[in-house]
Amino acid sequence: MTAGNGQSGNGGRVDAPPPLAMLAEITHRCPLACPYCSNPLELKSASEELTTEEWIDVFEQAAKLGVLHLHLSGGEPLARRDLLELTRGAVRADLYTNLITSGIGLTESRLDGLAEVGLDHVQLSLQGVDETTSDFISGYHGGHTRKIQVASWVRARGIPLTVNAVCHRMNMAVIPEMIELAVKLGARRLEIATVQFHGWAIVNRNQLMPTRAQVEETTQLVEKARKEREGELVIDYVPADYYATYPKACMGGWGRTGINIDPTGRALPCHAAETIPSLTFDNVRDKSLSDIWYHSSSFNAFRGTDWMAEPCRTCDRREMDFGGCRCQAMAIAGHANAADPACYKSPFKEEMLALAETASQSGTVEPFVYRGR
Amino acid sequence: MSGSELTRQSVPSLPRGVRLKHDDVRDRTILVAPERTLVLDGPGIAIMELVDGENSIEVIAERLAEKFDAPLKTIGNDVVAFLRDLINRGYLDIRNDGG
Repeated sequence: MTAGNGQSGNGGRVDAPPPLAMLAEITHRCPLACPYCSNPLELKSASEELTTEEWIDVFEQAAKLGVLHLHLSGGEPLARRDLLELTRGAVRADLYTNLITSGIGLTESRLDGLAEVGLDHVQLSLQGVDETTSDFISGYHGGHTRKIQVASWVRARGIPLTVNAVCHRMNMAVIPEMIELAVKLGARRLEIATVQFHGWAIVNRNQLMPTRAQVEETTQLVEKARKEREGELVIDYVPADYYATYPKACMGGWGRTGINIDPTGRALPCHAAETIPSLTFDNVRDKSLSDIWYHSSSFNAFRGTDWMAEPCRTCDRREMDFGGCRCQAMAIAGHANAADPACYKSPFKEEMLALAETASQSGTVEPFVYRGR
Repeated sequence: MSGSELTRQSVPSLPRGVRLKHDDVRDRTILVAPERTLVLDGPGIAIMELVDGENSIEVIAERLAEKFDAPLKTIGNDVVAFLRDLINRGYLDIRNDGG
């Protein structure tokens, strides 16, 4: 395929709405080694990262472009010593600033500073509900206890808290306890996100893949909990798509809502986009964010519907799910413009199901492969 | 607290982490919350401009009834329905202590 072939004849580009959200992966450094890490297999080093001034300039450009939510993420964003300055810069740009963190590296005085400059929200990851399992999953001894403490610091300062729980075969059974824990920690929002098999998660697919029964049970349980907790806890749920009928509207559609900036300033339409070999990515060091969003070949590659092949091209749902996940199409169907194999119409659906069934039935004795260990 | 416990004396407020702002790029007024935004229409904006952590639902309804020269009962029901929905979706806090 050629980049930018999704044009609708409007001056050579697809009409794109301004972006709503930016995920700023300010560093790839992280003390944890979660076996489903969504960062790419090859990480960027500290010396390649954007400087404080470069990041703040990006935040200001983002606000002018229409971004409302800024997610400071990583790696572990607390690994950046200038996190306070970055947060101040983001708040000054009038961005709604969310810190996505493991909590490791946070101290009460650092949090005081962040609260003072106006950090809007903290999203804290939990790997499980008990110390042994959680620390085993994150590969970081003492992590779980620290996270529980961090949650109390966040709430003591009145900063709203979301708990993020990535779920997979090993911890899906404790989702009811996870919901209880989130409420107990004072979270108003809980994200239950099934592992998405990109990045490091593919390395551990056999250990992580939930069974079909687990996924069905979880989906029912979340529906029930949502009703019971209405007004107390908002539950956002990302179901496993391997067993689904239709694909998810990945990223709300390619180049429609979100923009990711990697630690070195490369702008990506999604965090796994570099698994698509035909794409090249512009860097905020070379081009304005606006130019990248509206004109870069990578953001235009899968905008609109002209890029689609069958069965997407004539499908009634093409403007609902946008053909699903491009990276999953690449990984399993072998073409980035194929239908997401999660879709029942995809000729690769059977293959994907078989892959999921086989992986989910594999023995639990197989150890996790941890990054860098 | 659940939105079902609303009374005319309840006092709604924006919790930390929810912002009312004008989105200049798209020229609209919105509530911004974690991972979510809510676009407000004219009546929604009028209500939210009176949500200051001091005004009770009764006061908000009275002010709006006056402003739009509309029956208090109708306006009151609309205000309660609007606020209950926002509370249930986590956009608003509510206080029932009367102070």
